[in-house]
Amino acid sequence: MQQLMFIVISAVTLISAALVVTTRSLFRSALWLILTFFGIAGLFILLHAEFLAIAQILIYVGAISTLIIFAIMLSRGVMDPNARRFNDQWGLVAGFAAVFFVLLTAIMTRVPWQTTMAPAPMAAEAIQLLGRELVTPYAIPFEVASVLLVVAMIGAIIVARERES
Amino acid sequence: MFDYIRNFFVNLGTSWTNWLNSFLPEPAVTVVNFLVIGIILVMMPVIATLTLTWMERKVIGRIQNRIGPNRVGPWGIFQAIADAVKMLVKEDIVPDGADRPVFNLAPILIAAGAALLWAVIPFGRGMVGADLNIGVIYLVAVGSITTVAVIMAGWASNNKFALIGAFRVVAQLLSYEVPMILSIAAVALIAGTMSTMGVVEAQQVPFALLMPVAFIAYFVAGSAEVGRAPFDLLEADSEIVAGYFVEYSGLKFGWFYIAEYGNLFAISAIATTLFLGGWRGPFSHEVPALGPLYFIIKTILVVFLLMWIRGTWPRFRIDQMLGFAWKVLVPATLANLLWVAVILKLPVPQLVQWVLMLGGNLLIIFIAATMLGRAAKRYAEAHNLNPASSAV
Repeated sequence: MQQLMFIVISAVTLISAALVVTTRSLFRSALWLILTFFGIAGLFILLHAEFLAIAQILIYVGAISTLIIFAIMLSRGVMDPNARRFNDQWGLVAGFAAVFFVLLTAIMTRVPWQTTMAPAPMAAEAIQLLGRELVTPYAIPFEVASVLLVVAMIGAIIVARERES
Repeated sequence: MFDYIRNFFVNLGTSWTNWLNSFLPEPAVTVVNFLVIGIILVMMPVIATLTLTWMERKVIGRIQNRIGPNRVGPWGIFQAIADAVKMLVKEDIVPDGADRPVFNLAPILIAAGAALLWAVIPFGRGMVGADLNIGVIYLVAVGSITTVAVIMAGWASNNKFALIGAFRVVAQLLSYEVPMILSIAAVALIAGTMSTMGVVEAQQVPFALLMPVAFIAYFVAGSAEVGRAPFDLLEADSEIVAGYFVEYSGLKFGWFYIAEYGNLFAISAIATTLFLGGWRGPFSHEVPALGPLYFIIKTILVVFLLMWIRGTWPRFRIDQMLGFAWKVLVPATLANLLWVAVILKLPVPQLVQWVLMLGGNLLIIFIAATMLGRAAKRYAEAHNLNPASSAV
């Protein structure tokens, strides 16, 4: 049963991910991206990581996709279905994407993944564990991430601020 | 017999399961039970629409010194059913140039979002669709599906008013999600759990009395989230016709309507659960069957409050609406969250903690109100709105 669910959810995720990059309409690709995010949330649930699944929906579906759609709608010309699909930089981007793919595959094949089923902590404890870990051993990365976000926010405010003349 | 009635709903559920067990195998019983609960919960938005539209028209009618619907049935209670039938037989129109699949998907998605909220709302002890340990975040996450549905509706309609309406909705939802999460976080902090059942169990004192700031912020953010007056500039008829669902007709429009009233009911139910003690009330521990009654009464009271506000408040402008979220609600809820976190770590008896929380909250309200008053005065002076100065 779980195997079947996994196959269905991964199929949905992969197909919609493929449609993200092949659909003509940019708006529709953004919608396919949302379906991909839902699929990933489903995979998290299959792994008994309910908190991650909900965070995935909250952050990626609720906030990031919305911002992506906003950016698409507010940019001039991108909604034109007859617009060119590639610009002059496609070769460069394809190269970087290929390098990144090789890098990810290299990492994934080298990490010793735990493949046997370990007794996962109960979900209620898992959240408390996550919270405690974030502020004890992982406090530094956590704080660095917050600083990064603050820097990004300040940068956005400075870029968007109206010049006082 | 009395014991059975005392915990009527839970016992009814047990009897039902036992009866199913007598002729069905175990997995089938689970599936049937899930289906029954699912159908009951999915019906909630529809029930809310049929009852609350009538209530709203009556309440607003009284506020505006009218009678409201009074033709169909006693006190017009069947008016909603008449309207529903009318909606069913209307012609379904899809505009030229609409993105058909997206256009048709949007109403389904928005109604699904409204129905999903009910999965974690506890109606009484042991009466919850799924007691998720992340229930409180689940509520916020499911609410964000609405945003996507609204954008889809606004964009797929190929109509400028729909698109502007969708933009307004998204700006509003994104801004008010922040104070909403901050106020919910304070609740989770005091309760020590994110399960909605656990939050209700933890409320020896309704959290609204401990943290009025969080309650008010949630209430305001909630009414913004469901787009009710004074936050109804998303569908301001005088500016953008009907907003994101202007091109929808018939049952597709009906789905938006159901989602709107389902969300209104859900937001009130969530406010009741998180801040007003949920199903707790006098004797609710001895007689758990009273729980749903208390829960519904409290929820209807919150709904009434929202209708009252709708009937009396003028509509916000978009800059006022965004400014209020970012400059008033977010700092106030942040201050509340910090204050609660500090107080919970103080080594003092619980009663002292409660008093300190309330005191800090009242101080936050006082500071926020003072600063708002000053801002209003400055605005009035800058625009020459002061009655004393304009009279000269």
